Amino acid sequence: MNAPLPSTHYPAATGAQSAESHTLSVLVDNEPGVLARVIGLFSGRGYNIDSLTVSETEHQSHLSRITIVTTGTPMVIEQIKSQLDRLVPIHDVTDLTVAGNPLERELALIKVVGKGEKRVEALRLAEAFRAQVIDASTEHFVFEITGRLNKIEQFVTLMQPLGLVEVSRTGIAAIGRGQEAM
Amino acid sequence: MVRTMTGAQMVLKALADQGVEHIFGYPGGAVLPIYDEIFQQDEIQHILVRHEQGAVHAAEGYARSTGKVGCVLVTSGPGATNAVTGLTDALMDSIPLVCITGQVPTHLIGNDAFQECDTVGITRPCTKHNYLVKDIADLARVLHEAFYVAKAGRPGPVVVDIPKDVQFTPGEYVGPSNVRHKTYRPQVTGDQEAIRAAVDLIGGAKKPLFYTGGGVINSGPAASQLLREFVRLTGCPITSTLMGLGAYPAADKQWLGMLGMHGTYEANWAMHDCDVMICVGARFDDRITGRLDAFSPGSTKIHIDIDPSSINKNVHVDIPIIGDCGHVLEELVRVWKARAPQVDKAAHTAWWKQIDKWRGVDCLKYSGKDDVIMPQLAIQRLYEHSKDKDVYITTEVGQHQMWAAQYFRFEDPNRWMTSGGLGTMGYGLPAAVGVQMAHRDSLVIDIAGEASVLMTMQEMSTAVQYDLPIKIFILNNQYMGMVRQWQELLHGKRYSHSYTEALPDFVKLAEAYQCVGIRAEKPDELDDAIKEMIAVDKPVIFDCVVDQHANCFPMIPSGEAHNNMLLGEGVSDESISEAVSEEGKVLV
Ligand SMILES: Cc1ncc(C[n+]2csc(CCOP(=O)(O)OP(=O)(O)O)c2C)c(N)n1
Ligand SMILES: [Mg+2]
Repeated sequence: MNAPLPSTHYPAATGAQSAESHTLSVLVDNEPGVLARVIGLFSGRGYNIDSLTVSETEHQSHLSRITIVTTGTPMVIEQIKSQLDRLVPIHDVTDLTVAGNPLERELALIKVVGKGEKRVEALRLAEAFRAQVIDASTEHFVFEITGRLNKIEQFVTLMQPLGLVEVSRTGIAAIGRGQEAM
Repeated sequence: MVRTMTGAQMVLKALADQGVEHIFGYPGGAVLPIYDEIFQQDEIQHILVRHEQGAVHAAEGYARSTGKVGCVLVTSGPGATNAVTGLTDALMDSIPLVCITGQVPTHLIGNDAFQECDTVGITRPCTKHNYLVKDIADLARVLHEAFYVAKAGRPGPVVVDIPKDVQFTPGEYVGPSNVRHKTYRPQVTGDQEAIRAAVDLIGGAKKPLFYTGGGVINSGPAASQLLREFVRLTGCPITSTLMGLGAYPAADKQWLGMLGMHGTYEANWAMHDCDVMICVGARFDDRITGRLDAFSPGSTKIHIDIDPSSINKNVHVDIPIIGDCGHVLEELVRVWKARAPQVDKAAHTAWWKQIDKWRGVDCLKYSGKDDVIMPQLAIQRLYEHSKDKDVYITTEVGQHQMWAAQYFRFEDPNRWMTSGGLGTMGYGLPAAVGVQMAHRDSLVIDIAGEASVLMTMQEMSTAVQYDLPIKIFILNNQYMGMVRQWQELLHGKRYSHSYTEALPDFVKLAEAYQCVGIRAEKPDELDDAIKEMIAVDKPVIFDCVVDQHANCFPMIPSGEAHNNMLLGEGVSDESISEAVSEEGKVLV
């Protein structure tokens, strides 16, 4: 009956489910501390934040929209959603990934410094990627590029050998497809 | 109706409009305007504690024993940081509190001013919600919202941080009826389809079990009544968590005792073997589940909870019902009566027969001694002498807490106040102060350990000041017994720093506080000493000198399964082998 004592008294980790990436859209009151609540929830409970963007989207009602890309097992993703929903200033939590293949875009500003061949190649690639030149001198470009995560990643990789010195990215903004609104 | 008044006046007005009669607090520079208003009114009684942690625990005891929102008032900086343990405790155990903190004047915020701390930052993760009120125009609304948020849905503590200049500023007061929260509206009524499915599942169960928790208590006394009605209608056995004790009467024949790490043999085995589990207002905490992958492996699970984030957090459930326990139980009773399911009588009889075998193990049996008081005996005697009284029990944290849960028997809700989620040593004494404040003529006993009680002992002085005849019943084993027990079982008996070398003389300490000190050292002194304690109409510190090496059993070592319980010395091997079925034997 009284089985030998376990070598450790700490409970074993729960069984492995595989992690998925989800994009959540969270509508919140634009009040002081609300972002801290959201971020604190993620760090306090050990959830991942892969990308986070926030801005007031409805000025009259002082509502901000936070877009969070996170990874976790299905059970963890469900937890994240209900934990978010439980925060008092949160109006709505929508899992855009569940609704189906959301539109996701990111904007990046990319500074490339160089001369000669490399400079020409950078400009050529920028055109192919539909990146805009928003600042330039004879020795540098600043490109503005918008698109899906992959496209931006790819562009940044290509710029690396061509004199990339600085990248600034917005994080992902996302919206569901079709005429349905949040 | 709008009225102009200062921020400090507004605080008192809002509290009075919210029905607050008592507030526990401690003054300081940043709350002086509010204290000045307290001085000039007599609607609300302020109870001066001796440490802000004590104020919060007192408010918790007050809230838990009355069902009302507990109220706290502390100053900025150290006043607020001292309150953090209590706030965290209230968050973990879902206790509704409103804690008002003073803050340095708005223009000094962020300047490292004297007694400034980032109160909303520090308390963000340990409150259900918090506010910093920088504009007098928001103050009345925020105060009313704070009460709403504290008690709506899953209750919890709310902090309202008020800079000193806002307390002086005049503004317009709005009453509670004019305030409606913008977004926060928890779901209270359960989904009908899920309720019907639950009734059918319970109706068809062969080995059902109710597992209930603090949510039933929080929902109010009606929920406990409905729980009783439903459990009796279905004929199922019932167990509960530490926080849920009293929702179902311990004297009832369907009651199996508490489950979990120090739960009874019958409750844990029933949990392991049941085929349908009905969880009401409990949250599958690790002290309950033990090893997750071996937790009630064969059962279909129903989970009723007001907090959607409790559903599927640790354990996957088959029928989640989001809603207030009281509402959902009422519906369950109604639908059960309407559908009148034909339960499998033979299966139920067999299930009860098995349960009776487990009960036959008599897992709470212990070997008594003639010359030393066994702690279990002390609780049993305390129970015998107080059971016919109007009694409220609080506890500290440790072995004594578990023995109290095992050997004291609760027949009604709101009678048992303990720190479950956070396990805060030092909770019980101030909680008793709060309980006694709300129930002046009742018998309020803190079942304490000698180590825990020293953490908030200063609140004896509060008890004396307000004529609160609380009884501090210390099971004095000179050890941090629970720590010693784990060291004995899991760390090779290396009793690292769990023995207290220099304890105060508790009887003299009582006298120093101007209350009564009583000591019992031998079993034959116990009854008279307890009677004396109960008879005294003053605060009492009772030093009950108990066996130093007693351990708390049954015990599921953490990380183990429910069918892997350690039992005490009093329990014979025979009784165990008789209780375990053939299939069970394969498992152990
Ligand atoms: C504030 C705090 N610090 C530490 C602990 C860890 N802890 C849990 S039980 C315990 C010992 C309690 O001793 P005592 O009050 O004498 O109770 P006993 O177990 O002896 O009955 C300790 C140190 C705790 N729960 N709370
Ligand atoms: Mg002790």
